[in-house]
Amino acid sequence: MSDRHVIVLGAGPAGLAAASGALAEGARVTLLDDGDRLGGQYWRHHERLTDPRLQHGWAAFLALRDALAAACESGRATVLQRAAVWRIDGEARRVHALVGTADAPGRRRVEIAGDAIVLATGAHDRALPLPGWTLPGVITAGAAQALAKRDGVVVGRRTLVAGAGPFLLPVAQSLAIAGGEVAAVLEASRMPALAAGWLARPWELLGAAGKAGELAEYAASLARHRTPYRTGHGVVRILGDRRVEGAVIARLDAQWRPMAGTEREVACDAVALGHGFMPRIDAALQVGCAVTDAAPGAPRFVVVDAMQRTSVDGVLAAGEITGIGGADAALAEGDLAGRTAAGAAEASLRRAVRRRDATDAFARRLEDAHGMRDGWRTWLEDDTLVCRCESVDAGTIARAAGSASRAMRLATRAGLGACQGRTCGAAVEALCGERLGLDRRPLLAPMRLSELADARDAPGDLPSHV
Amino acid sequence: MSPAFEFDGREVEARDGQTIAGALIASGRASWRTAAGAERGVFCGIGICQDCIVTVNGAAGVRACLRTACEGDVVTPEER
Repeated sequence: MSDRHVIVLGAGPAGLAAASGALAEGARVTLLDDGDRLGGQYWRHHERLTDPRLQHGWAAFLALRDALAAACESGRATVLQRAAVWRIDGEARRVHALVGTADAPGRRRVEIAGDAIVLATGAHDRALPLPGWTLPGVITAGAAQALAKRDGVVVGRRTLVAGAGPFLLPVAQSLAIAGGEVAAVLEASRMPALAAGWLARPWELLGAAGKAGELAEYAASLARHRTPYRTGHGVVRILGDRRVEGAVIARLDAQWRPMAGTEREVACDAVALGHGFMPRIDAALQVGCAVTDAAPGAPRFVVVDAMQRTSVDGVLAAGEITGIGGADAALAEGDLAGRTAAGAAEASLRRAVRRRDATDAFARRLEDAHGMRDGWRTWLEDDTLVCRCESVDAGTIARAAGSASRAMRLATRAGLGACQGRTCGAAVEALCGERLGLDRRPLLAPMRLSELADARDAPGDLPSHV
Repeated sequence: MSPAFEFDGREVEARDGQTIAGALIASGRASWRTAAGAERGVFCGIGICQDCIVTVNGAAGVRACLRTACEGDVVTPEER
């Protein structure tokens, strides 16, 4: 048995599996998550508002949740929900959080130290900027999913779903189940890339057999609702004055550039955009974990070794922050990370390692088939807002990008607004052609100044600037 | 139970457990904030983008997509 205390950040598939793995090896676990309920984005739910048909792998979630509840009963686990983690001291393995109702004043200040930290902070949708994307009625694919699951609502009567990747399919299914109509699903990647990504290594499907079944279910759902699924297509302009009134779609070439003469208008009152995912690595960056190298604007992932250890001693990572691989990969990685964090001997974890390795290939195939191509920049016009928070348009960013001074580029305020560059940061960096460090955030969660002032007497090095 | 809250002076009903954003959408609204003169509503739906923020019971900067609506909440739109 282990006498270690493992802190897990995030209660999605990776975090829940990490907690379960650490408990199985005898460790004590504290799990922190900012949601109202366990499950993360993948298993986002509400007891009375979620249609059960929207959930996948639900039995696995219930098993993880119930085991965690039992461990809480026996005093071996503590779960802190509605916990906004705003600072992590990696060396001391100490986590600072505010616990309480979302964004409410007077949240409780919590500080927890442990022997190991498992980062399972997940990912959020990436929606590329395009003309009209700030109109009410344009949401991310993840928002469509979250609103259907969590609140039982759809934003429009007729939604156009566009972007890249297999996640668009469950989104279309959720919209249909929650009572909306789906105008079409547009997949930017073209058949050759899809075929190369998905069919070139068919043996890897064995490892993702569950995925194949899930995809077949989505295909059947599209067919049942007679929803068109078009590859090599994208939405290039969203129309409307005060809200979405339609969209212009076009065929895209292999680099995602619209092909001349193929534009046409589609009737819709909502658009759900999902061009892939951005891993939420700001906690890992704050702790000092090494991340992968990538071109400006491309996602960077936390580097882990064969046992899910990061470059920082006592800090492990699992799930989407180590590579976009979906829930099965997250579960396998989380289990291994939790067990390693609990101090289990490497030799005893061969099964967990094999299980994780079997899901690895899926992430690579996703990137090969659906990875973003540079041609999206040609969708922009000078007056297309790129930074939604500060209302900075593409023309302003392009002019600043030409200047030699990095300060000049930051002076546009693009990426420095309320969301701290989480929404547009990657696009701004891609357009500037350099990394601007927008994902290095002194505070990991939004806080009120009064809350920060209260926290100043807390031990540990606090940021001197906000 | 369906708690009712006040939004911009009007009563909005939330199905039990709905977020403020969910209830506003269910009531037919697509936008409830202005930014540089343009209307905004929910965008990311999971607390990342800050587009849907409202003032709740006098506290500004509350993400409507995260906050469960409570009976008697007074919600006011924000402008930036």
